Amino acid sequence: MKKRSSFHAVLTLVVLAGAVLLLSVWNISCGSVSLGIREIWKSVSGHIFSWQSVSSYPGDEMVWRIIWDIRLPRILAAVLLGGALAVSGFLLQTFFANPIAGPFVLGISSGAKLAVCLAMLLLMGHGAAVTSAVLILAAFGGALVSMGFVLLAAGRVKNMSILVICGVMLGYICSAVTDFAVTFAEDANIVNLHNWSVGSFSGITWENVRVMGAVVLVSVSFAFLMAKPMGAYQLGEVYARSVGVNIRRFCIRLILLSSLLSACVTAFAGPVSFVGIAVPHVVKHLLGTTKPVLMLSGCFLGGAAFCLFCDLIARTVFSPTELGISSVTALFGAPVVICMMLRSSGKG
Amino acid sequence: MSAPYFFTDHMTVGYGRTPLIRDICLHIRRGQIVTLIGPNGAGKSTILKSIICQLKLLGGSVYLDGISVKDMTERQLALRMSVVMTDRARTEFMTCREVVAMGRYPYTGLMGTLGQKDQEKVQEALELVHGEELADRDFAQISDGQRQRILLARAICQEPELIVLDEPVSYLDIRYKLEILDILKMLVRRKQVAVLMSLHELDLAQRISDYVVCVEGSTIRCAGTPEEIFRTPVIRRLYGITRGSYCAELGYGELEPVKGDPQVFVIGGGGAGIFVYRRLWRQGIPFAAGVLHEHDVEYPVAAALASLVISQEAFEPVSRKAYEQAAKVLAGCSRVICCVETFGTMNARNRELAELGKEKMILEYSCQEPCVDLSDLLH
Repeated sequence: MKKRSSFHAVLTLVVLAGAVLLLSVWNISCGSVSLGIREIWKSVSGHIFSWQSVSSYPGDEMVWRIIWDIRLPRILAAVLLGGALAVSGFLLQTFFANPIAGPFVLGISSGAKLAVCLAMLLLMGHGAAVTSAVLILAAFGGALVSMGFVLLAAGRVKNMSILVICGVMLGYICSAVTDFAVTFAEDANIVNLHNWSVGSFSGITWENVRVMGAVVLVSVSFAFLMAKPMGAYQLGEVYARSVGVNIRRFCIRLILLSSLLSACVTAFAGPVSFVGIAVPHVVKHLLGTTKPVLMLSGCFLGGAAFCLFCDLIARTVFSPTELGISSVTALFGAPVVICMMLRSSGKG
Repeated sequence: MSAPYFFTDHMTVGYGRTPLIRDICLHIRRGQIVTLIGPNGAGKSTILKSIICQLKLLGGSVYLDGISVKDMTERQLALRMSVVMTDRARTEFMTCREVVAMGRYPYTGLMGTLGQKDQEKVQEALELVHGEELADRDFAQISDGQRQRILLARAICQEPELIVLDEPVSYLDIRYKLEILDILKMLVRRKQVAVLMSLHELDLAQRISDYVVCVEGSTIRCAGTPEEIFRTPVIRRLYGITRGSYCAELGYGELEPVKGDPQVFVIGGGGAGIFVYRRLWRQGIPFAAGVLHEHDVEYPVAAALASLVISQEAFEPVSRKAYEQAAKVLAGCSRVICCVETFGTMNARNRELAELGKEKMILEYSCQEPCVDLSDLLH
């Protein structure tokens, strides 16, 4: 029985990885310029095997440019940020021991958003360049401050549903202040801000991807190192402490990692909704186990797949107009959350 | 006499900064079971939570194996002490085997993978609690009794030298109460583990403990062996029993007797009368019982429930005096019930009593006969 369940879990992970690959290829081919599989293969193999910037056919160069400059960074961003959000959600759910916790719903993404907005306005107002590192730092700061508020509330309020309401209110407050700031910004900056604030993977550059990649992969690795105490924590704080987990250190690390991951996403793609709640929930049921190592892998792959899928829809459904990624994730993610709430309340 | 494995040195416990109980000095040897008893809210859980480091100590220190707990790392503490508390473990998709395996946490490496020895220990712990059939089932979908056994297996699997349990059998039915305590006793005998626990079930505490500590409000009222502690006046005072009575030697309580002049005279003995006493009590009919020997098993029940008991010294035949006293009371009762079928040497005079009350006798009154009408005795 044990062998079968771990085989089943590994199989699920392989399927998820396959989905990510498939969706990546699909994303490369779809868009305002549709690229066939053969075209993609010709262009990619041409560049890998000969590394010539000008190939025999001028059309190939354009295909390569599209793939390399526009689509690939975007796909990598969707993979990294989708995975980061899902993992962040899973970490929060472990901490609060509640499936309704997530960075968006608890207002942490909104806090990060506010901080980034203010940083952007400040820098653009002084004519300074807005680098990725600055964005992440600002977002991290904002996420931590929001997290601080949430923890203060959690200290007084034992009921998780009320905590979520507090988080939603916090989200509204941050959004309101952000809108306030945007109103007084210069016209040139507003367009940038608006695009960013509805959440989008467009305009992601390789420089962004490099920073994103470093932060996300390092954070997720740290999360994997915490898999053992996470497993113990699933039995509750009392039993975790009794087997030797330093609860204080563990919780601080969990919160920092979760905030860093969701801040990273918000810094580049704005606040993206529901990935943090919906994906871990679905992955849990697919895997049939909550072993942290498997869950972390599953959430990362699941989040990546989900965001790739939503980005595809955001880009192509009303082409050339792009939908905000947050709207699409909400469209697919919210029903999952509703389903989950109904099922769990049915159980009592 | 070996030195105590575990002891507290003037430990003060409480919540926040307010001390609840001060200067607690407990000590436990290996292979000993120490039980905390006391009324609700007395502080038993507070003491236990402070010992397992869930609550901060407000004063004093706790020593395990000669080392102060403050000087130990979490892992060192985990290698020596494990717990079974009242907290609910809300797991999802976790099998019972995985829950038990969590006890190996202090022994496994960075990623927590279980080695051959760990798997063997898990299996051994499961076998000890008779939980092998539960091993692959979802922990969240088994009954409370089964869950408690699995949590106990988890604590055993940690290979502790001291196990701390907070009301381990409170939510369980009688079968599981006996099972869990049985497993604990076997563990103590086999592995010389020290056990510290709190129990509400006084009858079970009396049977299983080597040492009993009475916690009451803001102090440790008394401590001693079960023979010293489980005496009626001690328990009455500890729990503040005002209504009803407590029979400490046998370990159970009785409710308030019906007040009034006895209307039924019950001739009992050898335990046959117990069901009759309880039946009459349920119907609210005051009764007298006699003549009962003080060493009779039903004597404490009669003493608790009857308006009047005519007793005879242990091991002596029923005396003339007792007989006359009983006859007088019998004359004043409107009914007589005789539960005894055969009379022996010691209660020969009760046969005469039965003769006396022949006209008023209710024949065939027994627990099998629920339809006997005593309603005329109820006003």
